[in-house]
Amino acid sequence: MGNLLIKDKQVVVPGEELANGMDYLPGSGTYRDNDTIISTRLGLVNVDGRAIKIIPLSGEYLPKKNDTIIGKVIDVTLNGWRLETNSAYSALLSMKDGTSEFIQRGADLTQYHTFGDYLVVNIFNVTSQKLVDVTMRGPGLRKLGPGRVIKVNPTKVPRIIGNQGSMISMIKQHTDCQITVGQNGLIWLSGSPKNEVIVVETIRKIENESHVSGLTERIQKFLEKNSKGVQK
Amino acid sequence: MTYTKRLDGRKFDETREIEAKTGIIKRAHGSAMFKIGNTIAYAAVYGPRELYPRFMQNPQKGTLRVHYNMMPFSSGGDRVRPGTSRRSKEISYVTEKALLPVLDLNDFPNAVVDIFIELPQTDAGTRCAGICAASMALADAGITMKDLVSSISVGKVDDKVVVDLNYDEEAYEDGGVADIPVAMIARTGEITLLQMDGEVTSEDLKNALEMAKKASIKITEVQRKALKEKYEVPK
Repeated sequence: MGNLLIKDKQVVVPGEELANGMDYLPGSGTYRDNDTIISTRLGLVNVDGRAIKIIPLSGEYLPKKNDTIIGKVIDVTLNGWRLETNSAYSALLSMKDGTSEFIQRGADLTQYHTFGDYLVVNIFNVTSQKLVDVTMRGPGLRKLGPGRVIKVNPTKVPRIIGNQGSMISMIKQHTDCQITVGQNGLIWLSGSPKNEVIVVETIRKIENESHVSGLTERIQKFLEKNSKGVQK
Repeated sequence: MTYTKRLDGRKFDETREIEAKTGIIKRAHGSAMFKIGNTIAYAAVYGPRELYPRFMQNPQKGTLRVHYNMMPFSSGGDRVRPGTSRRSKEISYVTEKALLPVLDLNDFPNAVVDIFIELPQTDAGTRCAGICAASMALADAGITMKDLVSSISVGKVDDKVVVDLNYDEEAYEDGGVADIPVAMIARTGEITLLQMDGEVTSEDLKNALEMAKKASIKITEVQRKALKEKYEVPK
């Protein structure tokens, strides 16, 4: 008989024994050593039926296929642009994926995107050597205008977005800011200066308290308290 | 003459007081402090990040780079000359080798994970404290690892096998001293670092390793507690 050695939603560290016996299956962030399941990451345990997995609490971003990220143009090459992705690997945006306009042979590509531009792009391919290809063709993929870009812990992005975007739309509602969250942990926001500050504070609060239950209510209260008196 | 009582009054199998903390360096991706007696080690982990110069990149798996440094006024004796020395290079190297068996760097080809270990205050057992801190900092940085590594020095002072020597014991003059730093995975008992300075009989070495294992289990508990403390629910 298998037995669980931890509670669901508990914080575990690498090397901690999670369950005994063959009744449980090792999910992501865990491995099996003989008949013990052991964690390999710092995170929250998630027991889903027989599967045990770890939801990481920390870690850098690793490019993954189908992620929508925010990248910064760091180089303009002969056939496209190179983007910084807030990870160990930069991404390539090819000419045909970078714009829908017709580009003349030998045209200067900085007319379209130039150094320092922030782009919302979608990762459509990652090779085993972590060469990342991105595209700007798709809904919501665009060049970002004036505003600010902040960095957050990429493992907290799902908390910032919330269930079906509930958290992010709540922030937008209270502050009247435009916000775009990239899965690589870069967030772009634009609005009135005071509101922008409130958004940044709210996001930092979510980042720090995401593992404590009752997050949505606390953020709601925080937003109501802070956005009062600030003109929209 | 025999060594009947330890210089600082500890029992022969007793370690110095241990204190650990994580997340102390805000700009680092992962960080930790490990204090054992008067020895304090800080470790900061950065990465995975791009590795330059390019010839150092490994397209098959990620690289681990450890930098061990004793601060100039950290020791009780002479000022430590700042910068790399033969000794710090060696310790950086063995620390790297002590941590690699638990790390999974296959997901980060061409990239590097950097560990910086700084010692602001030392009283023997620095490489062990450094390894303990580094292992916690790696976990704090969210790197995939098989287990935590814990490390302790054991040895022999005159005729007694002891655990966790301090500097006074290492410099004991009325009899022979052997100093054996050990790093191991407490759960399985796998040894990832084993060095020795001095002489011991094989019998004593076995006893010493037994003691190291016991201490190692205790240290792992401290490390786990420190890693979880950061995420405790604020009251």
